[in-house]
Amino acid sequence: MFFFIFRRLAQSILVMAIVSAVSFSLFNFVGDPVNNMVGQDATREQRIEIRQQLGLDDPILSQYARFLGNTLQGDFGMSYRIKRPVDQLILERLPATLELVFVSAVIALVVGIGLGVYTGIRRHSWISRSILSVSLVGVSLPTFIIGIALIYVFAVHLRWLPSSGRSGTVDFGWWKTSLLTVDGWRAIILPAITLSLFQLTLILRLVRAEMLEVMQTDYIKFARARGLAERAINFRHALRNTLVPVITIIGLNIGGLIAFSVITETVFQWPGTGLMFIQAVDFVDVPIMAAYLVFVALLFVLINLIVDILYFVVDPRIRLGE
Amino acid sequence: MSHNLPEDGPTTRWKRFKDNDVVWSFINSPGAMIAAAVTVFLILACILAPIIAPFDPFDPSQISLWDGKLPPAWIEGGQSQYFLGTDNQGRDMLSTILYGGRLSILVGLAAVCLGMVLGVTLGVISGYVGGVTDAVIMRIADVQLTIPGILLAILINGVGRAFLPLELRQEFAVYVVIIAIGLTDWPQFARVARGATMVEANKEYVQSARIIGLPAWLIMIRHVLPNTLRPVLVIATIGLALAIIAEATLSFLGQGIPPTTPSLGTLIRVGNEYLFSGLWWITLFPAVALVVLVFAVNLLGDWMRDALNPKLR
Amino acid sequence: MTELLKITNLNVEFPTRRGRFQAVRGVNLTVKAGEVLGLVGESGAGKSTIGNAIIDLLEAPGQISGGSILFEGEELCGRSELEMRRLRGNRIGMIFQDPQTSLNPLMTVGAQLVETIEKTNDLRGSEVEGRAIELLEQVGITEAKARLSAYPHQFSGGMRQRVVIALALAGDPDLIIADEPTTALDVSIQAQILDLIKQLCRQRSLGVIIVTHDIGVIANIADRVAVMYRGEVVETGDVAQILGAPQHKYTKSLIAAVPRADQKLERFSSVDYIEGGDVAMRRIDIQTHWLGQSLRERVKGKAIEVENLDLSFTLQKSILKRNRRMLKAVDNVSFTVNEGETFGLVGESGSGKSTVARLIAGLYRPDSGQVRVIGQDVVSQPSSKDAREARRALQMIFQDPYSSLNARMRVLDIVAEPIRFYKLTSSEAETRKIVGDLLDHVGLGARAALRYPHEFSGGQRQRISIARALASRPRILICDEPTSALDVSVQATILNLLKDLQQELGLTMLFISHDLPVVRQMCDRIAVMRHGAICEVSDIEALFSAPSHEYSRHLLSLMPRMDLLG
Repeated sequence: MFFFIFRRLAQSILVMAIVSAVSFSLFNFVGDPVNNMVGQDATREQRIEIRQQLGLDDPILSQYARFLGNTLQGDFGMSYRIKRPVDQLILERLPATLELVFVSAVIALVVGIGLGVYTGIRRHSWISRSILSVSLVGVSLPTFIIGIALIYVFAVHLRWLPSSGRSGTVDFGWWKTSLLTVDGWRAIILPAITLSLFQLTLILRLVRAEMLEVMQTDYIKFARARGLAERAINFRHALRNTLVPVITIIGLNIGGLIAFSVITETVFQWPGTGLMFIQAVDFVDVPIMAAYLVFVALLFVLINLIVDILYFVVDPRIRLGE
Repeated sequence: MSHNLPEDGPTTRWKRFKDNDVVWSFINSPGAMIAAAVTVFLILACILAPIIAPFDPFDPSQISLWDGKLPPAWIEGGQSQYFLGTDNQGRDMLSTILYGGRLSILVGLAAVCLGMVLGVTLGVISGYVGGVTDAVIMRIADVQLTIPGILLAILINGVGRAFLPLELRQEFAVYVVIIAIGLTDWPQFARVARGATMVEANKEYVQSARIIGLPAWLIMIRHVLPNTLRPVLVIATIGLALAIIAEATLSFLGQGIPPTTPSLGTLIRVGNEYLFSGLWWITLFPAVALVVLVFAVNLLGDWMRDALNPKLR
Repeated sequence: MTELLKITNLNVEFPTRRGRFQAVRGVNLTVKAGEVLGLVGESGAGKSTIGNAIIDLLEAPGQISGGSILFEGEELCGRSELEMRRLRGNRIGMIFQDPQTSLNPLMTVGAQLVETIEKTNDLRGSEVEGRAIELLEQVGITEAKARLSAYPHQFSGGMRQRVVIALALAGDPDLIIADEPTTALDVSIQAQILDLIKQLCRQRSLGVIIVTHDIGVIANIADRVAVMYRGEVVETGDVAQILGAPQHKYTKSLIAAVPRADQKLERFSSVDYIEGGDVAMRRIDIQTHWLGQSLRERVKGKAIEVENLDLSFTLQKSILKRNRRMLKAVDNVSFTVNEGETFGLVGESGSGKSTVARLIAGLYRPDSGQVRVIGQDVVSQPSSKDAREARRALQMIFQDPYSSLNARMRVLDIVAEPIRFYKLTSSEAETRKIVGDLLDHVGLGARAALRYPHEFSGGQRQRISIARALASRPRILICDEPTSALDVSVQATILNLLKDLQQELGLTMLFISHDLPVVRQMCDRIAVMRHGAICEVSDIEALFSAPSHEYSRHLLSLMPRMDLLG
């Protein structure tokens, strides 16, 4: 068992190392850091001084080492555009993104798994078929189109909900949450639905496919031959066996949510890390890009690790060995 | 099963094609046939855009700013020559959608092909040769899969553009997008191809080929590769839909195809700015076209997956 | 004694896109309490379908289209799903072939027992656990209480099947349908499970229907036998009568085709009843034919020499050496095969016989040891020209006819591949002619060349494999369980073909099998393997009359006793 965790940890460290190397090369090779820091009219002497300050003339490896050291302490330098330390920027905007992702995840999981199980069990009912058709449409709708459509209907036409931005925030020390006020919920509901839809349909179709496959197995057949009730078969046998492989996919889906939050935040002008990232890419603001990359990679690596451990815990074949 | 020989006459390719379960399933599934018809129609329309579009929206001489922001022909204020209205620069919506759709499809196809060729090659080699090669390739794929595709595409795209000098950025934007999406796609193909390869490599006809003495590369190409194509094709259709969405997303975020030669995504981005001032047609029609296109591709892919999986019948 | 189960004129249909397929036609069967009815037939005969029909678990879209099934006097056809569910487990139990897939891998054995017991009995709480332990003990599982919290994958194959039987018995049914219950198990375990079933049948006065394709199982356990062919019951009777004095032509050929274990015959009797049978084929004149050129290359000395061969597989990888678990698949194996003889390699699954074959063929590399093919060392420098030449003289035929041919290639291309690769002919036209001749010679007919593998049956595919093997003009043929996946009736014809070819072409054969009677008919000398090591090497008749190793004696004792056969 320990070997398993050890291997996963080693893999995670490898991933982070590669990501940090990529991040570092971004710094060095994309755009000219000096130009960005100082602007066009700096004199030659000023430039040389800055270069020395930033240590740009040192050998690559020591620059990398320094970069690593800084990264591990969370120091990514200053944003070229906003002229503030990157780590502060990220921390400021993190709660917005995390809350959005959290609400979306809950929606996607609850509705997705629920409908997936339903359409798997009642395979041929017309409700199932319609859900399936609608889900196909759901997979075909790019996130940004869903966002625009929702804004147009609910904000512009019906004027029930705000069309952009985050409101109703309450301070919890450093963390600004918007989930405690009605205003906050009104602002978060459209972006959350937008973000969750794609993942929801994916989860739905996946759970359904798994369920159908499980229903064809021999042990389900044998359970029927033993006279067990349909309900027992569905929930005690089929569902449990379906959920095991679904756990991994759920983990990956949370990753997808974080990724697509970039788009959702852009559409709704939601002040999270995703919006910040897009703006950074637009301006080639390398410190933010590099920091976001490392940060996101860390998040995903953690999620994958947790999912792997979960898998381990849930499937006795892995836990107890052959 | 009878022990007799099958009826006389060699099995022609056509006979085998018709008899194939997949084809039979297609002919008997109205949904699949409609989806195929729609997809083919759209694709044809878009590819033939230079011939059938009333205007060429990429040609600045054909655009007249005076005619900008006109509503569709059936609404008051519209003109019959601009059937679906015009955008903010005076381009005819219908033509722009046709040309834009063409661009979206081409980019999507190119990206998927890039991902497929790269991924399948690496996947088959990885699965057949095994050992360290397999470990290395799969590690790289795993590392890349840790980051979700769209983020990676944005990143690669952003970096790619940053590398290009300003003047060339617009011209080469298309290629950067294709490379960005294609590079994010290959691990999926590699995984699937590797899985199929490992299954096939254990089968006894491959062992026979080895005993006959065929070299590894010949076995991979002649025996293993054709048998891995089925699952790869399923992934490819899904991949095509995702690639089209990815390009549209990139363009919408302002990172993809520039507005001078807009794709459907770019059009939607442009239209979004005018949405609140009431110029809804600039957003709606490209959006509908995009959704219908992706939906049809998904329908095809869905049907293909079901048809190729004998267990679900 | 009244009949427990009486089936009259049963018809089962499967609507397919090509029309309605009659899986079962006009079948009459009876089973009494306390007796075992054997339902025997080859694959596709419809025997499993009958079992599924009784309990109303037919695979969609199958349906019963006529006839009646009377169970303890009540009609089962047309009953509602709810009524049938009450019947299943409670009064009729069923067990399937593969115990590994019959049990839910994520639930403990105890949990699965408990849910079944609760559903079929009125016990509650600790009584349920008590009954579960009781059931496990009745099927011969020791330390039952501890075993309750174990998962299915922690049991061996035979133990899993016992658990399956316990589950089927949980509701105290009166009739048990056993669908190929021992096919997936090792020979030595098979006997134990069959004994268990027979014992339970007598003790509890159960009616048992045992569905199987294996005549040996029938001889072992059945009281009465019903023989099925293509959906119909062709003959029913006492087991003694069926095996000793069969009446129907199909039964006669079926019994005759079973390889005799008690004497060596020159040829296997084939089942002539099968419609069509062998198409009479043109035989080629070996002396003048291209194929016969290999005769002129006489083998000098020994065909195959194996010395101190070792191979281990890694079961569990680990960085720390002490945590690694290895499986010694081949343990210091040495033997020689003389030119022109048929050498048999016998053992149960896991004995390493297939691994040895693959080592000789070059599919695996040994950890240590020597392999010489026609005097040439093929292990130390496998890619040298001499080694490759020597390897070309050796071809292999595999067990599974369905995965040994590339489904996307035409038969012509499959058989021609070695000819084209080694450029053994001077023109494509000559290649096609030779392929046609080979296909004729193996009994398929030259016209088969233009078709695809999926159009052929299992036996026919093995012929294609044989044609492909011959196309390299080998001197040595390794046959790895070539007929184990085929029906008994087809086995005989393929084995006869192999014998003929060996005589005509002077081939040396390495014949691998777990089936002792077959080996007796085919081989001159034999090696017995167990756990990767060789127990005994001897002449074939010497082994059967006076085995020297204890394991050989054990294997011989497990052969089904066919003394009922005439």
